[in-house]
Amino acid sequence: MNQFLRNLTAEQQVSALFIIVFGLLFIASATVFMLSLRERGESVQADLVRGRLDEVRALLRTSWAMTIVFWVGWASGERVATTLFAIVAFFALREFITLSPTRRGDHRSLVLAFFVVLPIQFWLVATAHFDLFTVFIPVYVFLAIPVVSALADDPARFLERNAKLQWGIMVCVYGMSHVPALLLLQFPKWGNKGAFLVFFLVFVVQTGTLVQHLVSRRWPRPPRAPNVSQSFNWTSWSVGVATGSVLGGVLSGITPFKPGQAMAMALIACVAGSMGHLVMKALKRDRGVPNWGAQGQSVTGASGLLDRVDALCFAAPVFFHSVRWYFGA
Amino acid sequence: MPAAALPESACRIFVYSMNAASRAPAIIPAMRAKLMSLFLLGLIRFLTGAQARWYGCPPKAEQRIYFANHQSHADLVMIWAALPHELRGITRPIAAKDYWTKTPFKQWITTAVFNAVYVERERTGDEDPLQPLFDALEHGDSLIIFPEGTRGNAEEPQPFKAGLYNLTCKFPEVVLVPAWINNVQRVMPKGEVVPVPILCSVTFGAPIRLEPGEERRAFLDRARLAVMALRDV
Repeated sequence: MNQFLRNLTAEQQVSALFIIVFGLLFIASATVFMLSLRERGESVQADLVRGRLDEVRALLRTSWAMTIVFWVGWASGERVATTLFAIVAFFALREFITLSPTRRGDHRSLVLAFFVVLPIQFWLVATAHFDLFTVFIPVYVFLAIPVVSALADDPARFLERNAKLQWGIMVCVYGMSHVPALLLLQFPKWGNKGAFLVFFLVFVVQTGTLVQHLVSRRWPRPPRAPNVSQSFNWTSWSVGVATGSVLGGVLSGITPFKPGQAMAMALIACVAGSMGHLVMKALKRDRGVPNWGAQGQSVTGASGLLDRVDALCFAAPVFFHSVRWYFGA
Repeated sequence: MPAAALPESACRIFVYSMNAASRAPAIIPAMRAKLMSLFLLGLIRFLTGAQARWYGCPPKAEQRIYFANHQSHADLVMIWAALPHELRGITRPIAAKDYWTKTPFKQWITTAVFNAVYVERERTGDEDPLQPLFDALEHGDSLIIFPEGTRGNAEEPQPFKAGLYNLTCKFPEVVLVPAWINNVQRVMPKGEVVPVPILCSVTFGAPIRLEPGEERRAFLDRARLAVMALRDV
């Protein structure tokens, strides 16, 4: 089986990957559908099961949507993939800004962030200008945005407003732009299989987060930072990160890494992702919202996209640079 | 529904539009307006999400007056985009005549795309400035009005003007639906040209009605509170 997969071309290997993922999703969806057909009556127990099923269904819906986005991105080339991630970044930043207190004086800076910084950053990715793309936001944008804000002549809470805007750009635009950048990394003797790296990163980070969530639910422990997160504690965090890393080691076959290296890379990505998730939780508490977009009830009408991608936004840049420096890709 | 049950005015519109469609050149402006409305809908959804939240009443094709807070010119487009497609066709926004007929483009967009009713902000001559609204209501259309009269910059809406009271006195059977438009002033503050993407929503609340013997001022204040109450749901 392994031999057979290795003999396929890079293109065929990626197609096989998508067939496997779509197959797994299909089986999961079919199972949930079967389970929902069963008669359960009106007991409290039945309501609980129904609630769980709804949760799983929502999770499956997101997974389907994300897989389809990845598939469309891969099937139609790197340019389209980069554009897709740019759109995701745009919507994530829209959610972030909606919940940040901006004033009239920030208008020009916001226009700059959405319509100048975001397109330029993703254009730099698409054209593989890696040296400029890593410093464009931290150097040029972070110095330019306060200038525009200062010219608007409104000193009220100046530092706070600028910090929030810069943080939003950092997470939603800078972090997100590193995901399509992975597609363009060239490894010696590995060919054009960047899609595997993206899959590796997403799968490892999401598994780590999910395991951490499940462990803290199944075996509750006193939270480490109760004011920020009711569920975060070091035990469940370690279990989640460890699972993610082991999974990374197992998946080393689809990456250019050796098993040990793959495990280390997965460890770095998982730590960055789970910590990023915690940081975003703190930001949400600061704004007094449970989610970036609570299901159908939020004042803003946000769909909660940022809740899904925040771990990825933190993991992607760290992962990208570790890979690049260590392997010189 | 049998044809006999249709109100006379509806039949008139139907016959009229049949005639309009049979004249070939009339199709092109109609298509241009349709394309413009699709473009505007796409743009406003892309920038703001244009989410409608129905609390207190469902979206329903009965004759209604939607009244809302007013903070930006985009309010009109926003509430228009938030309504479901079926209601958008029968609901007409009110536009200030002096502003919206200033250039041919503004006039075209309010007439052909939004099908707006123009009102004079200043009373001129003997005619009641509300007369175009009475005509539209008589015709069976629903209306979108901003009872503050002008755009406010404050957190809270300004006191409502008497127009809403006069309308409901004359047409007591038309349902009054309060609406709160959230965040639009952040998308495009006064004096800016480029809009910024920020999620906005329109919250529709439970209908209110003029109680028997209720004073004008008391009713208008109650209507204003009904709009403001939707801010936090």
